[in-house]
Amino acid sequence: MLGFTRAQAIGFVVMVAVIIIAPGVLYPVFLMKVLCFALFACAFNLLIGYVGLLSFGHAAYFGMGCYVAAWTAKNWGLSVELSILLGGLTGAGLGMVFGWLAIRRSGIYFAMITLALAQMVYFFCIQAPFTGGEDGIQQVPRPPLFGAVSLQSDMAMYWLVAGVFLLGFLLIHRIVHSPFGQVLKAIRENETRATSLGYRTDDYKWVAFVLSTFLAGIAGGTKALVFGIATLTDVHWTMHGEVVLMSLVGGLGTVFGPVVGALVLTAMENYLAEFGSWVTVTQGVIFVLCVVAFRRGLIGELGAALKLNL
Amino acid sequence: MNDTILETKGLTKEFGGFSAVNDVALRVRRGTIHALIGPNGAGKTTCFNLLTKFLQPTSGTIRFQGRDITRRQPAEVARLGLVRSFQISAVFLNLTALENVRLALQRVRGGSFDFWRSEEILHVYDGRARALLDEVGLGDCADTPAVTLSYGRKRALEIATTLALEPEMMLLDEPTAGMTHADVDRVVALIRRVRRGRTILMVEHNLSVVEGLCDTITVLTRGRVLAEGDYATVSANPEVVTAYLGTADA
Ligand SMILES: Nc1ncnc2c1ncn2[C@@H]1O[C@H](COP(=O)(O)OP(=O)(O)OP(=O)(O)O)[C@@H](O)[C@H]1O
Ligand SMILES: [Mg+2]
Repeated sequence: MLGFTRAQAIGFVVMVAVIIIAPGVLYPVFLMKVLCFALFACAFNLLIGYVGLLSFGHAAYFGMGCYVAAWTAKNWGLSVELSILLGGLTGAGLGMVFGWLAIRRSGIYFAMITLALAQMVYFFCIQAPFTGGEDGIQQVPRPPLFGAVSLQSDMAMYWLVAGVFLLGFLLIHRIVHSPFGQVLKAIRENETRATSLGYRTDDYKWVAFVLSTFLAGIAGGTKALVFGIATLTDVHWTMHGEVVLMSLVGGLGTVFGPVVGALVLTAMENYLAEFGSWVTVTQGVIFVLCVVAFRRGLIGELGAALKLNL
Repeated sequence: MNDTILETKGLTKEFGGFSAVNDVALRVRRGTIHALIGPNGAGKTTCFNLLTKFLQPTSGTIRFQGRDITRRQPAEVARLGLVRSFQISAVFLNLTALENVRLALQRVRGGSFDFWRSEEILHVYDGRARALLDEVGLGDCADTPAVTLSYGRKRALEIATTLALEPEMMLLDEPTAGMTHADVDRVVALIRRVRRGRTILMVEHNLSVVEGLCDTITVLTRGRVLAEGDYATVSANPEVVTAYLGTADA
């Protein structure tokens, strides 16, 4: 089915079932946050897990996606789907330029350039008038979907977010299992050989980068409309840190890892919030545990134990 | 003039003051098998890296098919029909043999950026890929991951992948190194079969292979061309004998 292996198909069905049942048990707003971060983490994982590119600056695309979606929904009164799409296109547009600048370098230099560029975006957001500075853009309305379907109730919004997430998830799956994905695999396996076969490997990495930043922007735009707010936290590098942690906890290069990672970390943040800075400490401990003991992350370890590609 | 496919003039590569390739003038005639031999460290692989643009020469020019390719990118050179194999066999280890070859076919025929399509469409290349695998004696390992193939078979797979590009000219860096006798014979027979309509430049240490296969031989020592000619001429050259035996003894 859709190029999933059997195990992955089962995993996918389980995931969809959970998405359908969950709002009966948990707060839809919490679940929407999980789904937005899950999409963001999947977008990040597309780069690190399938191309081997470690970006340090994905908060920029996510955050700018937030701002643009919030701003256009509020000031232009655009309908939800258009605002989200514009958020994604903003991520992709930035990604085109930043990717072009960064991809010529490899390894840690690539990472540092993406970080530096993302920091520039952050300072731009502090200065630029349209972001509302420290206040951010607040009280963003949730205009009706396609100008017709009201999204005022959280449940209605939830189904939209679930739809966006699933579309993004399937798009990533398709990318990985496409003729293009096959070339990405070859580049990761042996870039020199791919070059000697005539592939301009930088072009392929760039396209992958832009796709990833597009989805990060979509995730950001969706989140902005769920909460009706876009702020500096969304573009701050700590946001990038969270998404790295989510991917790591779930399992880099796995299909479902980033989703599980997003669920675990968002849940921790929500339910440990009353303990204040203990959240950060716990995150630190988890990070160290992952690096030391569970290199492959939760899903990665599970997959290894079952000898399955999850 | 037109029978020269590849020509270098004054080709030089320095690594921090040390000339790995020094003022090399190389002329490869179309349709021939040309050997590049020489003791270890003579600069043969460096030469290959320069020709295929994986390294930028310090000075000198390279012309391929009459075109100056000195400033081109490696992927471009491959697209022009000058394709190399590597001294350390280069295959995509975690892909199957079939997928390895398909990647080359896919590059030539296009559609490699189609991220919205299913990889199922790559099956259109299966027939041609299997034929190529058959040709190099890997017909039975099409669905085997490359990582599990023996050394000799990995080399054969690399050649099949290179052939899939239908290159005008192939550069083979020690295609028989580290192989068993049987494997060497297979590769030699394979090169004989695929040479039709192509030019081959190969680095080879096994002199009986060179003798049986190559039309012209260039001997390189310490980055310089020491001698050039057919096997009889070169092997009778006393300087070559000293250079070769001298290093072989050491
Ligand atoms: N990237 C590099 N930096 C510095 N020195 C290098 C580099 N590449 C090659 N050399 C040096 O250049 C010389 C020629 O190396 P090269 O690999 O071309 O030799 P070769 O003729 O292919 O030898 P072999 O038969 O062992 O494969 C060697 O002395 C090597 O140490
Ligand atoms: Mg060599």
